[in-house]
Amino acid sequence: MSGTQETVDQVRAVTEQSYKYGFTTDIEADLAPKGLNEDIVRFISAKKEEPEWLLEWRLKAFRAWQAMEEPRYWAKLSYPPIDYQDAHYYAAPKTSNRPKSLDEVDPELLRTYEKLGIPLREQEILAGVEGTETKMPAIAVDAVFDSVSVATTFKAKLEEMGIIFCSISEAVREHPDLVRQYLGTVVPYTDNFYATLNCAVFTDGSFVYVPKGVRCPMELSTYFRINQANTGQFERTLIIADEGAYVSYLEGCTAPKRDENQLHAAVVELVALDNATIKYSTVQNWYPGNEDGVGGIYNFVTKRGACRGVNSKISWTQVETGSAITWKYPSCILQGDNSVGEFYSVAITNNRQQADTGTKMIHIGKNTKSTIVSKGISAGRSNNTYRGLVKILPKADGARNHTQCDSLLIGDQCGAHTVPYIESRNRSARVEHEATTAKISEDQLFYCRQRGLDPEDAVSLIVNGFCKEVLKELPMEFAVEAQKLVGISLEGSVG
Amino acid sequence: MLEIKNLHATVDGKEILKGIDLTIGSGEVHAIMGPNGSGKSTLSYVLAGREGYEVTEGSVTYNGMDLLTLEPEERAAEGVFLAFQYPVEIPGVANTTFLKYALNAMRKRRGEPELDALQFLKLIREKTKALNMSDDMLKRAVNVGFSGGEKKRNETLQMAVLQPRFAILDETDSGLDIDALRIVADGVNALRGADRSMLVITHYQRLLEYIVPDRVHVLAHGRIQRSGGKELALELEEKGYREFGVDEAA
Amino acid sequence: MSTPTPIRGATPQTALPYTEQFERLKAGLPGSGLDWVDALREGGASAFAVNGFPTVKNEAWRYTNLRPLEKVVFEPAEPRSDAPGFDVLPTVRAAGTSATRLVFVDGRFRHDLSSAAGLPNGVEVAGLADRLAGDPDWIAGRLGRLVDVDANPLAALNTAFLGDGAVLRIGRGVEVAEPIELVYVTLGREDRATVFHPRTLIVAEPMSRAVVVEHHVGYGSGVTLANHVVEVDVAEGATLHHYKVQRESGTAFHLSHGAVRIGKDACYDSFILTVGARLSRNEVRAELAGTGGTCRLNGAYMVRGQQHVDTSTFIDHAQPHCGSREVYKGAIDDSARAVFQGKILVRRGAQKTDGHQLNRALLLSDTAEIDSKPELEIYADDVKCSHGATAGELADEQLFYLRARGIPKDEARGLLIGAFLAEAIEEIPEDTVRENFQALVAGWLAAR
Ligand SMILES: Nc1ncnc2c1ncn2[C@@H]1O[C@H](COP(=O)(O)OP(=O)(O)OP(=O)(O)O)[C@@H](O)[C@H]1O
Ligand SMILES: [Mg+2]
Repeated sequence: MSGTQETVDQVRAVTEQSYKYGFTTDIEADLAPKGLNEDIVRFISAKKEEPEWLLEWRLKAFRAWQAMEEPRYWAKLSYPPIDYQDAHYYAAPKTSNRPKSLDEVDPELLRTYEKLGIPLREQEILAGVEGTETKMPAIAVDAVFDSVSVATTFKAKLEEMGIIFCSISEAVREHPDLVRQYLGTVVPYTDNFYATLNCAVFTDGSFVYVPKGVRCPMELSTYFRINQANTGQFERTLIIADEGAYVSYLEGCTAPKRDENQLHAAVVELVALDNATIKYSTVQNWYPGNEDGVGGIYNFVTKRGACRGVNSKISWTQVETGSAITWKYPSCILQGDNSVGEFYSVAITNNRQQADTGTKMIHIGKNTKSTIVSKGISAGRSNNTYRGLVKILPKADGARNHTQCDSLLIGDQCGAHTVPYIESRNRSARVEHEATTAKISEDQLFYCRQRGLDPEDAVSLIVNGFCKEVLKELPMEFAVEAQKLVGISLEGSVG
Repeated sequence: MLEIKNLHATVDGKEILKGIDLTIGSGEVHAIMGPNGSGKSTLSYVLAGREGYEVTEGSVTYNGMDLLTLEPEERAAEGVFLAFQYPVEIPGVANTTFLKYALNAMRKRRGEPELDALQFLKLIREKTKALNMSDDMLKRAVNVGFSGGEKKRNETLQMAVLQPRFAILDETDSGLDIDALRIVADGVNALRGADRSMLVITHYQRLLEYIVPDRVHVLAHGRIQRSGGKELALELEEKGYREFGVDEAA
Repeated sequence: MSTPTPIRGATPQTALPYTEQFERLKAGLPGSGLDWVDALREGGASAFAVNGFPTVKNEAWRYTNLRPLEKVVFEPAEPRSDAPGFDVLPTVRAAGTSATRLVFVDGRFRHDLSSAAGLPNGVEVAGLADRLAGDPDWIAGRLGRLVDVDANPLAALNTAFLGDGAVLRIGRGVEVAEPIELVYVTLGREDRATVFHPRTLIVAEPMSRAVVVEHHVGYGSGVTLANHVVEVDVAEGATLHHYKVQRESGTAFHLSHGAVRIGKDACYDSFILTVGARLSRNEVRAELAGTGGTCRLNGAYMVRGQQHVDTSTFIDHAQPHCGSREVYKGAIDDSARAVFQGKILVRRGAQKTDGHQLNRALLLSDTAEIDSKPELEIYADDVKCSHGATAGELADEQLFYLRARGIPKDEARGLLIGAFLAEAIEEIPEDTVRENFQALVAGWLAAR
């Protein structure tokens, strides 16, 4: 190894490390006792003042979960057994009991979100758009702190258009029929080990309903923050776009630096009816653990969208840079004729991170189309796996899929893996899959440095270029953040 | 400006440069000619600090500094610019983005204020126009899908934007049509000045009619075999490199 | 992930008949009494007893269900001297050239049908049973060396019963110009299901070169299971071209496990053409065990009716500076189903690896099915690896173009399917073999 190794070492020395969201908020919390049993499930349901049917549903899930085995044999992940009894399944800031307005929210919490760069004060945000043409803020935020939603901005404004945007707990209280009609219909409570666990103990998350023919005028966004030690976060998101509706939804996440691993097992369900479009973007930046692999979030997430209606479209874009372990396959069930599924993914692993992520595109309806673009970047001693299923069922005449998977390796101690599953039972369907693996070339690196860029910037630039196809799918505000994140998450790895 | 003394360099353990001596004064333009494989590009990589090119003996002094101890990006900030013989493609990174990064990185390193988007755009428009390049090429990814000539023009654009103090042009004329050659040469000549020097590597006397050199050197077998005025280039064009122990075919 | 988790405890129900057969027959198998042979067989038998037949829960078998095979108890095929049903043995050679051809009927070597004319010095070809009876020393330590019976239940079963098959030794530096042909004929019996476990050992010693062609043909309508294991050692600097065509009958099960080791600067070039059998699986595990090695695994398949064809390859880049290339193409008609699993592993340190894989499937009917799982597992950064996979039908534009030039629809389809498969077959550098395989493709197309 020539100078490359030097660069790697040199840069490694500079780090330890810039996870800038690693602070904790000192706030008194309302905590369920450690452990997981039916009483805890009842406790959570009671805290949320849930109707009987939901408690029953949770209990059914809990019983199903007890009979399930953790899926360990197929994903390319290794981690010690998780003790599901050694965690709190409910944690809420004490003062957060359903504040009526932001004034009632603990100022300490508001400061936390300020520090994270998440604006929660409507007046201030509105002041910022005063002079603009639309006078419309670009983004509305639901802020979830540990197990509860602490604030949702621009609710009233959205309500004027008939759009419901609130925490799922609130939706259960205020819009029980909608919740009951759709909850668990995309990801059934028996779906998989982690999703089933989520059904039993989910605490909060966001709910969106966009009525017929309405185009949601701003980005809806949830910001998840795990603060409390020894807790899991089990959020649940449900988004419904009624006929002809359009919504773009963003999700961001961070957690403090802690030495122990914390479990995050979310479920996201999307439903798109006739001619509806849902765009779901994630920038996942949970604490990844330190460079020796101590600590970090275990991120076991089930995300699935059902394109129920004709001409409906669900588009997933994810930038996965955080978490010690990522297990995540945002999927599309393309039921409606002419429906479209998209999956754009950047997954970056560094140090000891492990990611096994990808998608499933299930083509059921005629002329359904799916596009998969996956960019995996592995550095340090990490392992990064793309795992994707494209399944064409017999009735999916004229279905189309195109998949492009590219992996980039930085350093010779990491792994990059591609595991596509392609199953076609319709001859008129056309499925194409391409995958490549390469490294950042010395030529590119030297070229950039000759033009004055230092190695870190050079790598960040080249990797951003490599991810371009995916990053351009993100809404503007997010794209800039994500680009920076790409650079930051590779710090200490480059060569 | 630049003083190279007894420079020896190896690549993959093979000695390519076998004792180069070369002094380039401020404001001077020197040309290097020589047969394929004689070490011209190797010399330019060594000067720019490419990894894998190991200096085993000798020294390079640049404006009083020991150039060889500097990282490539530090050399760049000191004004060393290499127009690559084979410019590198960087997929997904727009040409403008790249240029902006490069320019601001250097300005920062020199303690100069970074240019904002507007200032930068103005600068780059002006330079592009001078080089007769289309705006379209600015939006495209760095060198990706560029023709040979377009790549060379792009190198010249970067040079015009970055305003180096010491520029090495490694066969920047190869692949250019006559008009482009003149445009590029004009660009280079515009940079000439009392405080700028250049090392022009070429196979063709043609270029030296546009960029008139102060000195011409013949590099063969890893050494400067002969130096002279601009008439040496003409002589070489006529006689080839046989005098230096190189077959016509080589 | 492809390693099955052995389920400890009782022998699976469906494995029991075979463990019983083993106990009953082992004393009479060729070479029985030789310690190393007995140990090898016992190892295979116990590994099979633990794992039984692989199920679809095993990631390596997720698309091929052996249930239809498990439902039948196959009896070991008995020796026979007849050869009813065929009079012309398949060959890739031109008429009149001298033949090196070993013929096996229901897994047993047949002197009467075989010949070894025109072999240069330094090349040995023999039946495995003869070798075990006469001169077992050279194969001791070679046989079974490349096969991991714990991870491959069917190879374990083969190992338990190994008795006959082919042994080829290409001596150091020897180049064999004419192809060496191995003809496996399946006759079976009408009154019961029969199984045989041929074992083939090919050793290409350093700097040697040879072409080996396997023909698998079947006659009759008996239910049969040919459970092959082929071990191939291509030593330093050697080149082995290894081609196979499988044309068993529609009642046959054909399973084959190939274990290949490719030495330094050696080249293994293979092609598998699958036309026959009700259910077939070709598994190839090739290890690039020395620097500078080359591995080429290519193939084509054409299936119709209820046929199931499975191609599962694994290329293990264990050393730097190796290249691998894989092109598989297939045409699937009627209710047939094809499975392609191709994995490329690049181990840590295997820098400068160049690995490329392509698999493309043509679905010719509404009920045809393809399941494809190409896979890259990479632990070195300075590598170039890629794979591509497509599934679909013939392109309408092409079909229309041909018809617009006056070619009738069916003929046009045939032409295009032929052209599609030809892209794979052109990977075969040996003229005679390539032409022969092209003719087989044409025959299949004509029978549509
Ligand atoms: N990585 C390497 N390993 C071994 N030899 C190398 C390597 N890189 C360059 N060389 C050799 O070094 C010698 C000088 O190469 P160089 O590129 O400097 O020649 P040049 O004078 O620029 O030629 P040209 O006129 O063709 O551009 C050549 O013989 C080349 O093959
Ligand atoms: Mg050169």
